[in-house]
Amino acid sequence: MAYFIQQLINGLTLGAIYGLIAIGYTMVYGIIGMINFAHGEIYMIGAFISVITFLVLQSVGMGFVPLVLVVMLIASMLFTSVYGWTIERIAYRPLRRAPRLAALISAIGMSIALQNYVQLTQGARVKALAPIISGGMTLFEQNGFEVRLSYLQIFIIILTMALMAGFSYLIDRTPLGRQQRACEQDRTMAALVGVNVDRTISTTFVMGAALAAVAGMMVTLYYGVVDFFIGFLAGVKAFTAAVLGGIGSLPGAMLGGLLIGLIEAFWSAYFTIEYKDVATFSILVLVLIFRPTGLLGKPEIEKV
Amino acid sequence: MLKIEGVHTFYGQIEALKGVDLHIKQGEIVTLIGANGAGKSTLLMTVFGNPKCRQGRVVYEGQDITGVPAHEIVRLGIAQSPEGRRIFPRMTVYENLQMGALPTDGSTFEEDIREVFDLFPRLEERRNQRGGTLSGGEQQMLAIGRAMMSKPRLLLLDEPSLGLAPLVVRQIFDIIKKINEKGVTVFLVEQNAFHALKLAHRGYVMVNGVITMTGPGQELLANPEIRAAYLEGGH
Repeated sequence: MAYFIQQLINGLTLGAIYGLIAIGYTMVYGIIGMINFAHGEIYMIGAFISVITFLVLQSVGMGFVPLVLVVMLIASMLFTSVYGWTIERIAYRPLRRAPRLAALISAIGMSIALQNYVQLTQGARVKALAPIISGGMTLFEQNGFEVRLSYLQIFIIILTMALMAGFSYLIDRTPLGRQQRACEQDRTMAALVGVNVDRTISTTFVMGAALAAVAGMMVTLYYGVVDFFIGFLAGVKAFTAAVLGGIGSLPGAMLGGLLIGLIEAFWSAYFTIEYKDVATFSILVLVLIFRPTGLLGKPEIEKV
Repeated sequence: MLKIEGVHTFYGQIEALKGVDLHIKQGEIVTLIGANGAGKSTLLMTVFGNPKCRQGRVVYEGQDITGVPAHEIVRLGIAQSPEGRRIFPRMTVYENLQMGALPTDGSTFEEDIREVFDLFPRLEERRNQRGGTLSGGEQQMLAIGRAMMSKPRLLLLDEPSLGLAPLVVRQIFDIIKKINEKGVTVFLVEQNAFHALKLAHRGYVMVNGVITMTGPGQELLANPEIRAAYLEGGH
């Protein structure tokens, strides 16, 4: 039981991170019907920017942890948003009227370009980071097995929940969110009622990128290492999460992320850790075969 | 108020509009009738620059709006209830109306929505229902209501009677008349020539992307050619 709960905690933490990345996939898919394969790279860049920010702060002697975290968070969200906006502008917008395949190829190209760009400018070696938030608490003990909840895990789960709640509010209740949903449901009509569609799409990329940046920062704190290639695997897993939840559905992305995190944690704990990625991708395959609309992506029956 | 001058619009290689001239004066109801595929909807979309005409121009209140992006045009005071209604299906009736109010500054939102609910009491009953679950007639009401929320001076309506029961069609046409009496100029595209010509001050007839006839509504209604082509075919 204790072991199970420990894995549950680990899985939720991991799932929170996947969920944040998955939101970016699902939103972009919702609004322009395209899988942004460069999204994983956005997350990787977010991780790098948080490392760089941390090192800069350290070099100027700033050691107050909450402030360091806030500055890291803001810096990575800000810079990564600029990347997100730019990518859409140069790689996708010119192809808005082109066949979907063209945009997809452009996305894959963008992904490769970004990976190599980071590899060239930051080096190919793994960057390590000393733990910033350490310590934790023992929840309970059973047969000599301690169930630990680290402060970092608390930080990740609470920040993710706050972001997801804020984000759901933004989409469901604000004029900006309404404009995004309008573009998602009928782009032509959205323009007819006065929505600046291009600007709304850009905003969507910026939002997705900012959330991916938070995920990138969390992973940096959680694992303490980053390299230029982390975006690929995390990206594909978050994509799996988005598909599992139902691509295009926001709550679906969050749910899918959590499920993928939990599956990975439990698979590693009870079966073989070497095959945890296989487990995740088998789910992708199964979902695509048996329930392509995902768990929450059931299309509404519409009268005409 | 609106002038369409020598407009040619293409879909790829296909010329959908072959030099259309047409004008609408302030306060009028003008109708454009014609068979399926004549280019009527294309003309309405051309006013919004989507697709943009390859030749000719669209002038609104003296301003050339040919190259103005669609989302700016509605801010000039032109609203459209488009072909197929295009309700946002996964938004509630209320949210659809909120979307319609986007070009306004929002200060008169409560009065405007009151006005729409007075025109279409049914929409008020269904305010929290999703657009995609409404009946065809209700969707049409919502499409017109949404357009009215932007407080347009010119309202473009694309086949508001399509697929609706005769009773509902009558209702919709009565409301179009009411809207016009409030001072909104109406450009009505219709296949239902009988109702449209009866309601309109003037009419145009379009065949294969060309305007073939124009005149006061009553006059066109009495024209034997039009009777044969559009009225006695069971419309």
